[in-house]
Amino acid sequence: MVAQAWEWLDTVPDPELPSVTITDLGIVRDIREEADALVVALTPTYSGCPATAVIEEDVTRALHEHGVKNVRIEHRLAPAWTTDWITPRGRERLKEHGIAPPAADIGDGIVILSPSTSLGINEVEGPIQCPHCGSPTTTELSHFGSTPCKALYRCEICREPFDYVKPH
Amino acid sequence: MTGHPEARAKRASKGRVEYLLRLGDNALVLAQRSAAWVAHAPVMEEDVALANVALDLFGQAKLWLEYAGKLENGGRDADALAFHRDSGDFRNLLLVERPNGNFADTIVRGYFYDAWANLALHALARSSDEHVAAIAAKSAKETAYHLHRSEDWLIRLGDGTELSHDRAQHAVDELWRFTGEMFLGDDVDAEMTSAGIGFDPASLREAWLERIGIAFANAALAQPADDWMQRGGKQGHHSEALSYMLAEMQVLPRTYIGAQW
Repeated sequence: MVAQAWEWLDTVPDPELPSVTITDLGIVRDIREEADALVVALTPTYSGCPATAVIEEDVTRALHEHGVKNVRIEHRLAPAWTTDWITPRGRERLKEHGIAPPAADIGDGIVILSPSTSLGINEVEGPIQCPHCGSPTTTELSHFGSTPCKALYRCEICREPFDYVKPH
Repeated sequence: MTGHPEARAKRASKGRVEYLLRLGDNALVLAQRSAAWVAHAPVMEEDVALANVALDLFGQAKLWLEYAGKLENGGRDADALAFHRDSGDFRNLLLVERPNGNFADTIVRGYFYDAWANLALHALARSSDEHVAAIAAKSAKETAYHLHRSEDWLIRLGDGTELSHDRAQHAVDELWRFTGEMFLGDDVDAEMTSAGIGFDPASLREAWLERIGIAFANAALAQPADDWMQRGGKQGHHSEALSYMLAEMQVLPRTYIGAQW
């Protein structure tokens, strides 16, 4: 049942990044059978992400449609979601849909900017490739994009703007 | 601490609720202020950025206030705490309730807070209370981005045109007296620090000043002399600016009790 449920949830798209599924993003942390219900542990990408409530509804609906009567959603905050959990398939799918995947791994650490430097986050990242033409010559237009998890970039070669999923 | 174990536990939990309200109210009030820029920002990218920062802060506020309500055990959830308390019940720093002013005022206010929150959340991520540590670790990742942006803007405004420099310097001079409260501890801070849940506010001051000092130098801004510092927000003594903000924020759920989307 649990393995089957993972497969079912593997087809549930993210409401704000519909080209990837919620399992591609690493939002589903655990599925387990308990006496009274099938328990699905979800973690939010960003604490204010408005998609969180929609994802809960989508998960419950998907499982109901496959005949699972009792579903319980569990919220899991720790460890905090990281873009490192985006699967290789998820990264490919983002790119195919014109969104640049994160260019750096976060690792176990919490992102804390050192107080003794003015080091920007971008300085620890590699070059960010344009998802349209593949050029590494890109410029950040804004640290923030159409959703909390993305920044806004422009390619200097093909001149197209694109969203970039920030390493988080 | 003396007295019956149950009375002690109750006091301890009261201090923790108070502490969580402070953390939640800081995020909530700054979120509401930032959100008021939507459709008013100088450029589209900043409109989007301010909305994103507000969204992160609303999310953080919800996590802190939900936990405060749970420990308070009086049936109040995050919404009840956000919408059905008066200004005297709010525990945010005076800094975050300062009005938006011009874009430089907003950037400087956000920068002073982000630089502090970056340190505070880092300290709280090591809290002995696992849920506090989890919320702080999650929030710290988001605040790192806020700080990145506000520091960048501080430097761009300070080291920009004559007008942007003057407005940034004016904002720094006006807001400086609200920064002292971030490093001023009271009984609640002491109780939470000794319990391993919180941190000593004074311990963050040096690192904060170091960061601010580097940014000011890069921004060609002068650091004001430490003069009289305002205090009292953490204990519920607020300026009238907060009342006006809350009136707008709370009018709907207070007028239409139980309203749903």
